[in-house]
Amino acid sequence: MNALKIQKGASSHSAYDLRDPNAQVEESHTLAVLVENEPGVLARVIGLFSGRGYNIDSLTVAEVDHTGHRSRITVVTRGTPAVIEQIKAQLGRIVPVHEVHDLTVEGPSVERELGLFKVAGKGEKRVEALRIAEIFRANVVDSTLESFVFEMTGTPAKLDAFAELMQPLGLADIARTGVAALARGL
Amino acid sequence: MSRSMTGAKMVIEALRDQGVDTVFGYPGGAVLPIYDEIFQQNDITHVLVRHEQGAVHMAEGYARSTGKPGVVLVTSGPGATNAVTGLTDALLDSIPLVVISGQVPTFLIGTDGFQEADTVGITRPCTKHNWLVKDTAQLSQTIHKAFHVATSGRPGPVLIDIPKDVQFAEADYVGPKQVEPGAYQPARKGDLQAITRLVELMERAERPIFYTGGGVINSGTAASQLLRELADATGFPVTSTLMGLGAYPASGKNWIGMLGMHGLYEANLAMHGCDLMINLGARFDDRITGRVADFSPGSVKAHIDIDPSSINKVIHVDIPIVGDVGHVLEDMLKVWKSRGRKVNSAALSKWWEKIEGWRSKNCLAYRNSDKIIKPQHALERLEALTKGRDRYITTEVGQHQMWAAQYLHFDQPNRWMTSGGLGTMGYGLPASIGVQMAHPEALVINVAGDASWLMNMQEMSTAVQFRLPVKQFILNNERLGMVRQWQQLLHGERYSQSWSDSLPDFVKLAEAFGCAGAVVRDPADLDAAIQAMLDYDGPYILDVLVEKHENVFPMIPSGRPHDEMLLGDAETSGAIQSGGAVLV
Repeated sequence: MNALKIQKGASSHSAYDLRDPNAQVEESHTLAVLVENEPGVLARVIGLFSGRGYNIDSLTVAEVDHTGHRSRITVVTRGTPAVIEQIKAQLGRIVPVHEVHDLTVEGPSVERELGLFKVAGKGEKRVEALRIAEIFRANVVDSTLESFVFEMTGTPAKLDAFAELMQPLGLADIARTGVAALARGL
Repeated sequence: MSRSMTGAKMVIEALRDQGVDTVFGYPGGAVLPIYDEIFQQNDITHVLVRHEQGAVHMAEGYARSTGKPGVVLVTSGPGATNAVTGLTDALLDSIPLVVISGQVPTFLIGTDGFQEADTVGITRPCTKHNWLVKDTAQLSQTIHKAFHVATSGRPGPVLIDIPKDVQFAEADYVGPKQVEPGAYQPARKGDLQAITRLVELMERAERPIFYTGGGVINSGTAASQLLRELADATGFPVTSTLMGLGAYPASGKNWIGMLGMHGLYEANLAMHGCDLMINLGARFDDRITGRVADFSPGSVKAHIDIDPSSINKVIHVDIPIVGDVGHVLEDMLKVWKSRGRKVNSAALSKWWEKIEGWRSKNCLAYRNSDKIIKPQHALERLEALTKGRDRYITTEVGQHQMWAAQYLHFDQPNRWMTSGGLGTMGYGLPASIGVQMAHPEALVINVAGDASWLMNMQEMSTAVQFRLPVKQFILNNERLGMVRQWQQLLHGERYSQSWSDSLPDFVKLAEAFGCAGAVVRDPADLDAAIQAMLDYDGPYILDVLVEKHENVFPMIPSGRPHDEMLLGDAETSGAIQSGGAVLV
């Protein structure tokens, strides 16, 4: 070992620039996976996560290039640095996967999620719900005399915060899209 | 020039254009149009199997002994589900296969039709990729693409599911040259900077070792040649996984034997004590590493692999190089030569002294007997009596497999076909048939155990039908030997369900199949029995009655590091602790 004078983990020259491999702290990473839009491709991606015991915190998918038949899968996952590297390498070897981007480490990115919140209530609670919705810049997309459906776009944390505030005001139902994310700049 | 034809004809046309000469298969309702086309041509030989699992293992044997993809044709439903074990086996051992399955017509898909199964769904996790072709116009290019995917990068099995109406419909045939290469183009060349860094380390290393795997074989015969050149020029010791046997010759001066759970003492201790480990196309499997935390603690590790996901999966390495082993070896040699062919000779000779010290333990020694045939002895005699012949060996899975790896020697790649990753009992007999199809003149021997052999014994009928002179060398201990060994070592000698009661009479079985067979129980008769098997012109079953309670040694017990090997029965009591017992 000493004769060779190489530091453990000194692999910056490689295709796979690893951070401390021994870190046991779990990190959350947002991955953008660009895939050929062919039948079964989503099953391949999520089958990889379930088959190898990885976590999926959030998943969104839609075709983003109709002529090129490309879909973009945005997946938020958790794991130690070694596991995250393994997830990216495993995704990369799925045949219809063209690109895998780790938005968490590749530079600044924006993440947004859309949520729909149904809040049922009367009187003061109803007024308070509307007031908080204004603060959060949520839109009312449906209204009855006893309920609202609010639509809000923001980070997952913002949606969490809104849901928490609406809880005592009569939150009845939630639908969330999961995270869509893009790298900032060019 | 466009040529219109039915989907069924397209399948044959595409296989022919891909250079396929042999297909292993079994007909059924959903592939009848393709079988009709097979009937009307002579370029492709169809081997009728007796069970679809056998077809896939035959294709594996064919592929591993030739380096060409193996091709399988099965029907829908049970035909496809019977192929699943073989597909998984090929996936874990990185064997290129193209499996074509019939499917119910597109308008019946999803109705639970007769012999309908969600074949692409079932086989998605056990193939490298798969396709359901719903349009005949897409069929020929899908087949060409399938061959490309199966054979490029890390090889593996692919499956094409073809509904029956797609086989009947007509469309234009597209030849392989007209198909766009597509996005799937794995890198082959390794990063030259990393290779140079590795060569620098090789020049200074005091205790280097080449740890080679199936990737060297998969890369092609050129990679084996380059490995020999590099190892012989540097004088570094070479060990190999079960999958890589034959890449470096067992008769070569740098060979220190197979490593791993039942590897040689000197190979495992050299792995444990090296200061530079050069992994060429192996994947740090748990049979190799033992306890990961104590795996070769003092070494700098380089890993050359064509699959980026193999790197840092189990063992963190210092120098990862993604690329084809053959290409990287070529670059390593080039760089090493251009820098003046330097090695640390003084340290190397000390390293070899140490290895010779370990070797002098003679870890494969066993107590022979003149009363009963020891399985190790049977294999030593088989080795001696087949020496110098172009010999292909397949195995089943278990004790006999490990003994074959220890006592038979391989000087060429593609001569050793065994189920390594999945450990599929029932692999060897059909694999031997696939090998013999590819090499009609060669000597093909399946080293088997009694229990494994029974798992696919129906394929003996295939061997007889196609006059394939495969030799079935059964080391019969009337036990599930490896299971029994583990029960002895870690379940208090409670031998739960690990004996083979009511075994058939293998000689009568041979007669029933229409081939020849013999039984041998006296060590004095062993040589003559083996010679009779070798001399017989046709398929042959030799039932070798061996010692029933022999254990495979050396052994690294589960959960132990390389330097805590067991060398014999005397050391086994309490060898596996509760922590190791949960491992397999």
